[in-house]
Amino acid sequence: MNQIDPVAGGDPGSAAAPIIEMEGVTKRFGEFEALKAVSLEVGLGERVVVCGPSGSGKSTLIRCVNQLERHDEGRIVVDGIELNDDLKNITTVRREVGMVFQQFNLFPHLTVLQNLTLAPMRARKMKKSEAEAIARRYLERVHIPEQADKYPAQLSGGQQQRVAIARSLCMQPKIMLFDEPTSALDPEMIKEVLDVMIELAEEGMTMVCVTHEMGFARKVADKMVFMDQGQIVEVGTPTAFFSAPENERTKKFLSQILDH
Amino acid sequence: MVGRRLRLLACVLSTAAVGSCGGNYNWGWYVVLPTTAQGQTNIQFLLGGLWTTISLSLQAIAISVALGLLVALPGLSEKPTWRRFNRVYVELFRAVPILVMLLWVYYGLPVVLNIKLDVFAAGVIALALCDSAFEAEIFRGGIQSIARGQSEAADSLGLSYGDKMRYVILPQAVRRILPPLGNQFVYMLKMSSLVSVIGLSELTRRANELVVNQYRPLEIYSFLVLEYLVLILIVSQGVRWLERRLQADERQGR
Repeated sequence: MNQIDPVAGGDPGSAAAPIIEMEGVTKRFGEFEALKAVSLEVGLGERVVVCGPSGSGKSTLIRCVNQLERHDEGRIVVDGIELNDDLKNITTVRREVGMVFQQFNLFPHLTVLQNLTLAPMRARKMKKSEAEAIARRYLERVHIPEQADKYPAQLSGGQQQRVAIARSLCMQPKIMLFDEPTSALDPEMIKEVLDVMIELAEEGMTMVCVTHEMGFARKVADKMVFMDQGQIVEVGTPTAFFSAPENERTKKFLSQILDH
Repeated sequence: MVGRRLRLLACVLSTAAVGSCGGNYNWGWYVVLPTTAQGQTNIQFLLGGLWTTISLSLQAIAISVALGLLVALPGLSEKPTWRRFNRVYVELFRAVPILVMLLWVYYGLPVVLNIKLDVFAAGVIALALCDSAFEAEIFRGGIQSIARGQSEAADSLGLSYGDKMRYVILPQAVRRILPPLGNQFVYMLKMSSLVSVIGLSELTRRANELVVNQYRPLEIYSFLVLEYLVLILIVSQGVRWLERRLQADERQGR
C-alpha cells in the first residue's frame, strides 16, 4: 500500500535507510481509533506532505513520531531508536526532532531570544554565549533578527510562527515536523512562513508536514500521503498524486480543496 | 497607596473609639496607651510576641508552599497511582482542623512515635501540614490552567520534566496563583494564633496572659486585632507588589 518507489523520490537520500519507520501503528483515544495499523517510511532528506480531511489522523500520525501521543500498538523507529516505554529514548528522539505547531506555542513569559536559547542551554548543556550566537543565526535565517528582544505577544502571527521554526532549528534537529503551521495565520502572513519552510526544504532538511497548502506541497514534496479515517489511503509523488489520484476518496478530497 | 492604607487604619481606630462611647461599659484604654507607664509596659509585653508570630508564620508558609508543590505535581501525573496519592493527601489533611492537628502533633507524636517537639516546631509543622493540602490544590489548579500547548512545546524540544516545570510552566502558573496564594498567607497568619493553645508565647498567647492579670479583655483584644491587621496589611501589600512586578515582567496581553 505504501511502498516507496525508489525512482519516484528522485532524491538520492530517499533510497537510503529510512530515518522514520512506522509499522502497524495504532493509536486509540478511548474507544475511538485515531490510527489504524498505519505504516510509513521517511528517508533521510525526504520531504513528506500529509493531507486529508479533518479527523483523519494526520496530526496524530506526526505527533506519534515525537511521542506527544504514545502509540498503543505497532513499532516506531526514529533515527535508529525504537520508541518504547523507555522514557530516555523518547527524550533522545525529541532532541533530534523539531516540531512546529498550529498555535505556535511560544513561551509568552520569555523574550524571543530566551525562547530560542532555553532548550539548547538546558537540554544540550550549551553555554549561553554559544546558544545566543546560534539563536541569532537562525533568527537571521527566518528573516527577523531585529525581534530578538521582544516578547512573543509583540509579534504578528507570521513572525511568531517563524520564531517557533527558529526555536526548533536551534536544537539542530535531523527531522522537522510541521502540524498545520499556517492554519492559524491570517492570509497575508501565510507566505512568509511557507517561504521559510521552502528554504528549509531546499537545504535538505527531512520534513514531515501536515498542511493544506497544496502549492507548497507541489513545490517541495517528494512524497504525498493522503489519510482518511485513521488510515493511509494513498502515497505517491506530487505529480502522480495531483494529476492521477488512484483512490476514490483522494479524488473526492482533491476536488473539494482544489476546485474553488 | 500607602495613604489609602493609613486611612483604612484610621477608620478602624475611629470605629473602635466611637464604639467605646456607647453603652455603659467603662473603657479603660489606659492599659494599652503608650501615654502611661503601665500602658508602655503592657504594649512592650504584647509586642514581645510579634517576632514569634512572624517567624512561625513565615516558616510554616515556606514549608507548606514547598510541600504543596511537591504534592500537587503527582496530582497532574498520567499515572493513576500518583494521582491517588495526591487525592488521599489532600483529602486527609484538608479535613483535619488546625487545632486538632496542633494537639495531635504536640501531644500525640511523643506518645505514638516518641517524637518530642518543642512548641515552636510543633506549631510550624502542624500549620504547614494543614495548609499544604490547600497550597497543593492552588498549585494544581494554576498549573492546569496553563495551556497544554506550552507543555507540548517544551516536550517537543526535549526539555526534561524538571526543566519544563521550572522554566516554562511554573513561571507562568505563579502569576495566576499569586492571588489565592496571598489569601492563604493571610489565613495562615491568622491561624498561627491557635498555637497559643499549646503555650507558644506569640501575640495571642501574650494577650491572653495580659488579660488574666489586667482584667481588661476588650481593650487588650482590640489591640491584638490591630496587631494582626497591621501584619496582614503588610502581607497583602507585599503580594500586590509581587503581582505588579510579575505583570510588568510579562509585558504582554495574554
